[in-house]
Amino acid sequence: MLVSVSTISPNVTVPAREPGNIASLRTGAAPKVAVRNLDFYYGKMQALHGVSLEIPERIVMAFIGPSGCGKSTFLRTLNRMNDVIPGTRVAGEVLIDGVDIYQPGTDAVELRRKVGMVFQKSNPFPKSIFDNVAYGLRINRLTATPAELEERVEQALKDAALWNEVKDRLKTSALSLSGGQQQRLCIARALAIRPEVILMDEPASALDPMATYKIEELIVELKKQYTIVIVTHNMQQAARVSDSTAFFLLGKLIEINSTEKMFTNPDEKLTEDYITGRFG
Amino acid sequence: MDHHRHLDDELDALRDRVLLLGGAAETALERAMKSLMERDSELANQVLEQDDQIDRLEVEIDRQCIDIIALRQPAARDLRFVISVAKMAPVLERIADHAANIARVALDLNNEPELKSVVDLRRMSEHALRMLRAALDAFTAADATAARQVIQSDAEINELYNHIFHRLIEMMVTEPTTATRDARLLFVAKHLERIGDYVTDICELTVYMAEAAFIKHFK
Amino acid sequence: MTSLTALCTAVAIGVLLIILIYIAMQGIGALNLSFLVNDPRPVGEGGGIRNAILGTLLLLLLASAMGLPFGIAVGVYLAEFGSGRFGGIVRFLVDTLTGIPSIVTGVFVYTIVVVPLKHFSAMAGGLALALIMIPIVARTTEEMIKLVPQSLREGALALGAPQWRVTLGVVIPAAASGIATGAMLAIARISGETAPLLFTAFGSRFFSYYLDQPIASLTVQIYNYAISPYDEWHAQAWAATLVLMTMILFINIVVRFLTRRRF
Repeated sequence: MLVSVSTISPNVTVPAREPGNIASLRTGAAPKVAVRNLDFYYGKMQALHGVSLEIPERIVMAFIGPSGCGKSTFLRTLNRMNDVIPGTRVAGEVLIDGVDIYQPGTDAVELRRKVGMVFQKSNPFPKSIFDNVAYGLRINRLTATPAELEERVEQALKDAALWNEVKDRLKTSALSLSGGQQQRLCIARALAIRPEVILMDEPASALDPMATYKIEELIVELKKQYTIVIVTHNMQQAARVSDSTAFFLLGKLIEINSTEKMFTNPDEKLTEDYITGRFG
Repeated sequence: MDHHRHLDDELDALRDRVLLLGGAAETALERAMKSLMERDSELANQVLEQDDQIDRLEVEIDRQCIDIIALRQPAARDLRFVISVAKMAPVLERIADHAANIARVALDLNNEPELKSVVDLRRMSEHALRMLRAALDAFTAADATAARQVIQSDAEINELYNHIFHRLIEMMVTEPTTATRDARLLFVAKHLERIGDYVTDICELTVYMAEAAFIKHFK
Repeated sequence: MTSLTALCTAVAIGVLLIILIYIAMQGIGALNLSFLVNDPRPVGEGGGIRNAILGTLLLLLLASAMGLPFGIAVGVYLAEFGSGRFGGIVRFLVDTLTGIPSIVTGVFVYTIVVVPLKHFSAMAGGLALALIMIPIVARTTEEMIKLVPQSLREGALALGAPQWRVTLGVVIPAAASGIATGAMLAIARISGETAPLLFTAFGSRFFSYYLDQPIASLTVQIYNYAISPYDEWHAQAWAATLVLMTMILFINIVVRFLTRRRF
């Protein structure tokens, strides 16, 4: 796997570095997520082959690649959501804050409080707007008083840029919201428990352009506080929103680079072919 | 894939157009110098007539570049190509403008008695033409090495210019009667020197297009 | 094609309507207030079916109390955790149970409850009905829970909910109206059972609500009146049938109302 980071500077091209030795996009800090040689199997079928990458803190990283390339599978290994699918197997390490989350004895439930997820099709519970956002807070007992709960719900809705649209109807059904609003509600629901990493699996693919725009703005705002990983099949979206991009193909990581470099001068021919629309 | 077929067609069309423009600039320079050296006013007029066409072609290329960017969102290599073409077209148009100015000088000088032939000017123009051809070839082949070589040879043009400059100044001082004509020849030399600089710009764009390296200002 | 299926529908509904109307016509004659609020009297003295109405209600209540929680739990198990070998076995057994003739269930409960206690009881009746109810409720519950989209479960899991919480707090509430429909179907089914009650609750001409005593029920009462030689009792049987059907209809409506989709 080639792993290289370079910024455009005159007459200088940075040589590709060895795998596992990638410099952080921010200076010096240890990566938030470090994956080493990850293999993933659905039963007998191997879906991921020796994937290694690092995700620094508080950036937006985009995973791109054609359908079936393994990017969603890989995303779901980061919060062990693949555990619910029977017959899956993992080899390799996934370190979050330096700790391997696939070590025996790891509490997957605890992990998911730290690593939140937003899905492709918004999935609000058939409850009120308030109860949706409060769900995570309630089951994890993160607030002591009803007043605190209300405050956290309000804050989460504000962080998700939804508060003004729903503040007068918190007790109405979440299913009465529009598609874009429902997705922002799901984001608020994830934000309420204050995760450190947010995984987004094609969050805007079911939305119209205006709603998509709002979600993208939100992501750029959120990265000030959270580390965000977003899977998208829309390359322009990856270009608009992310700091760093990883290209997957047939279960392998082909290239990972700063987004500017990826879209102006990628290292790998395969990447360039994909980005210029020559396949996929 | 429909998408990239349209894009490839459009990129090819763009390439053809810009090479057409390059060829037109080449021809203009060649003819302008010939009209000067051989005192051929008709040729000079032809150059001036063609200049309109060249201007129109530049505008067309500019518009096409914008359309491709807006509608096709080219990325990576394709994007660099389109941007380079968009920057190259005005440069080629200016080269043609300088050629047209040389043709105007030819028209003026052809009405006056013949001057002592200034050999260096011929050498300078041949060099400039060679550079332009090599630059366009390098662009077509996306050959950054060849482009870099052309950039090196700009030094020669500058040297020739300095030489001609001093010669002509000397002549203007020693033979004041031909001073106006000498001054006009000095302008021709200046045009050729500018053309050399523009050809360098074209080569820098070629290097960017091929390697994504900005070498402008950092030679 | 449309006309053919429409014709079949018309026939099916037509038959149903004919039955309903016929029963209504036959039963309305003997139906009056005293019929509903009095206990049975010897022939010729009128009387009513109060004890049978209350008996049926009590039996349904008993059966539901025992059968619904159990049946729903089995259904939830099969849907959420029953994809393995053991689940397959359980599912097969449940399906088999659905097919057991109700009289066999009655005899079974007779053997294990009535004989040791040496008398018939409402409890035994309730148990028999519950045993009939459980496989029906289990299967419909399973189907309803399977209909809850996986995305809902994933959403809850991703928020750090353990599996049991997801099932209890998100999946079951989402499937609630479907489960209730299944429960209601089961109740409607058992309210028409006669054979098992013959061996367990036995029936009674008196009003009682003790769980360890025999108890009357509409179905048994209808049976007894219908096979009697007296016209008066035949008329009462028709009226009781009308009452039973009305009761079932009423239960249907109430349950539908209570489980209407609010979210």
